[in-house]
Amino acid sequence: MIEGIGYAALVISFVLALYGAGAAAFGAKRSRPELVESARRAMLLSWPMISVAALAIIALLVAGRYDIAYVAKVTSNAMPPYLRVTALWGGQEGSLVFWSWLMAAFASAVGLRQWDRDRDLLPWVIVVTMITLAFFLSLIIFFENPFSRIWITPEGAQTTALFQPEGALAAAPPDGQGLNPLLRHPGMIIHPPMLYLGFVSFVIPYAFAMAALVVGRSDDRWIRVTRRWTLVAWLFLGLGLILGGRWAYDVLGWGGYWGWDPVEIAAFMPWLAGTAFLHSVMVQEKKGMLKHWNMLLIILTYSLVLFGTFLTRSGVLSSVHAFAQSAIGPMFFAFIGVSFIVSLWLLLKRWGELRGVNQINSMVSRESLFLLNNFLFIMILAVLFLGVIFPLVSELFTGQTVTVGPAWYERIVGPLFAGLLLLMGVAPLSAYGSSSWRTLGRQLWQLVALSLVVPAILLITGMRSAAALLGYWLATLVAVVTLYEFWRGASARRRRHGESLPVALVKLAGRNRRRYGGFVIHLGVVLMAFGIIGIEIFQTETQGTLERGEQLTLGRYVMVYEGLTRFNTSDGREISRAELSIFKDGRSVGKLFPRSDFYFVQNQPMTIPGVRSTLEEDLYVLLVGWEPIGQDSATFKVFHNPLVNFIWLGGAIFILGTLVAAWPEREPEPVRRRTAQAQALAAGD
Amino acid sequence: MTLSTAPSGSGSRAKFMIGGLLIVAAVVYLIVSSTQASAQYYLTIDEMLTRGDKIYDRAIKLSGAVDGDTVAYDPETLTLEFAMANVPADQDEIEAGGGLAKVLYDALRDPDASRLQVVYVGPKPDLLRHEAQAIVTGNMGEDGVFYADELLLKCPTRYEQEVPLQAAEGQT
Repeated sequence: MIEGIGYAALVISFVLALYGAGAAAFGAKRSRPELVESARRAMLLSWPMISVAALAIIALLVAGRYDIAYVAKVTSNAMPPYLRVTALWGGQEGSLVFWSWLMAAFASAVGLRQWDRDRDLLPWVIVVTMITLAFFLSLIIFFENPFSRIWITPEGAQTTALFQPEGALAAAPPDGQGLNPLLRHPGMIIHPPMLYLGFVSFVIPYAFAMAALVVGRSDDRWIRVTRRWTLVAWLFLGLGLILGGRWAYDVLGWGGYWGWDPVEIAAFMPWLAGTAFLHSVMVQEKKGMLKHWNMLLIILTYSLVLFGTFLTRSGVLSSVHAFAQSAIGPMFFAFIGVSFIVSLWLLLKRWGELRGVNQINSMVSRESLFLLNNFLFIMILAVLFLGVIFPLVSELFTGQTVTVGPAWYERIVGPLFAGLLLLMGVAPLSAYGSSSWRTLGRQLWQLVALSLVVPAILLITGMRSAAALLGYWLATLVAVVTLYEFWRGASARRRRHGESLPVALVKLAGRNRRRYGGFVIHLGVVLMAFGIIGIEIFQTETQGTLERGEQLTLGRYVMVYEGLTRFNTSDGREISRAELSIFKDGRSVGKLFPRSDFYFVQNQPMTIPGVRSTLEEDLYVLLVGWEPIGQDSATFKVFHNPLVNFIWLGGAIFILGTLVAAWPEREPEPVRRRTAQAQALAAGD
Repeated sequence: MTLSTAPSGSGSRAKFMIGGLLIVAAVVYLIVSSTQASAQYYLTIDEMLTRGDKIYDRAIKLSGAVDGDTVAYDPETLTLEFAMANVPADQDEIEAGGGLAKVLYDALRDPDASRLQVVYVGPKPDLLRHEAQAIVTGNMGEDGVFYADELLLKCPTRYEQEVPLQAAEGQT
């Protein structure tokens, strides 16, 4: 019953999406606004309809209806209700429904906005969002149905289908497989939704861009309308990436947070394109330049969003994430290809109308530094893309499959990221229009001198890694320049309005949220850079097998093995937990309990590190082996991760900055004033 | 006024082109040198065994089916040894063989499938088990044993497993 309602809701949503796209396009072509309005209503209805389907799946999951194949696959009796709900995105079918549900939610939200000034864009925004939605719904309905039941055919084979195959008997296992224990982590529970939210909300700016191309509007209206959508998309994507890293650090037990896995890269690439886009749209808004480029970037971002979903969901590449071998790969490939080609064709058609109104006058003007920033982002993107497809390309040309790993990526993109840090330090001081090396240098030299203090101290205290010294210098430069910008703005306010420093800072950020929100983001990046350099260059490790009472030393830490306890839990695990006393510089700093949980149902162990976490460093201890009977000796692998917590701290500041930048400004008033001024000017002419 | 503050657009365009080309050239250099330094050949066990002596000094990536009976782990030295059986690397071949889980299952039951002994030093991964797909990166030793620096595991069955028939008791 429930499964019938859910499936029917999906089919109705699919029909609605197709109708919406068709009616909107037809209505726009034939100038029939009532058709467009009808299409808009179809778009608004798609979200409640898919909500019904999603709720149906959740109801089945919570009720433990193991006769439904998807429920049997992702839940088990031992799972608490909240994990059953989140199992909605624990497998292929459910996560496609979840993706569509978010897509429909965003489409509906867009449908509800005030369209007065952009009536001409509306039908084409509907067309793009509804075609994207219809594509995902078609995958669910025709290939990956979450409501399929388990059947036993007369021949005794097991099959899954929505309707009863002839002569088959329904089957329901008494318990399900359950969610993979590795995925039962708070970070992992919210990591996929965050990434999906990021992916999905990038569809909206893309839809507006395409609408602008179709109707031939060459102004920057589409950028202004979708600025907040883009920031939100970017925020969620960034949050998803950070949470994914945190999950890997907590759960995967290799002492790292990022492994240059193809699927990680696939989620990182749209973020890179989106970051380039966020920077270059500012140039279009300020100077009316880079219009073609912005179009290209948003097309690229949209294609990369699809590509990212495709990589995670198709199993094309070997990866720890590619758990879903599936037939939907070719469909994705075709959809990406078609949408990419159509977008480019639209762009080429309007190429002449999108010419910029200004030219770049100086190598060190703000706009040319933004251009360079974009160039570096795109180079990083290109390198990552090459790395992902390297096996396919090398096989095509040499018949030999060649793969590349973390060392390859780090060597190539490391210098490019350093270049971005340098730009981040220089660009805030440059001016739009004609800026000269001399004026820039005059502002910069004192700040550069100040920033050199940090690497100088590090050098004196014994740091010898050139890469680390360079990295820390660049990160410090960004911090110094950014803080200087805050100070400069705030002290100007203090002089003018007589405000106290904190008030001046808050009001400063409030007045120009994008600029100062962006600076806060830069500070977050600085902290992350400190953390990344710390762990990448200065991580140390050791390992050893200890008898009870024996000790292991790593740097300033000494660990003493106190013993091992083993016990069973009610949710089907056997836990082996080691106890270690930790000493730093000879002083006791507490105990750590690295452990290994063995999940009986999945027949799988899971290693959970014991971590002593301080701002300065993490001591990360893994229990990797123990005597099954005597329990007198155990083996540990220990990592010392300097500054790793700066990554998470920087991530939090990064998110804070994005919120500042995305917070709604009281826009109408200044707009009206500006228009009034313009009218006055026009009248005066 | 406009003329004096806006120097020839073509002049600065040339500068931009040169700057851009320099960056591209640097990146291309990095790509080429890193590829020579750290790219690995991705081979099947069969392919590697037919290569003979030429492969000893190259980094190689191999995939195979883990034979659970051969797994030996010495926690004292963190030395892990196991044998793995040849599986095709080509996605189409895997699909034709009935999916990855089936291919892994069949590989371990095929007496003619070539096998390779692997040694890895490090913590024993949680996912290492019978019929898992191991993806190892390292070097082939002249003693016929593969010395892995990196060990990745994939257990297709765990994620996309069909419900075991024995469990289907609630038939209607």
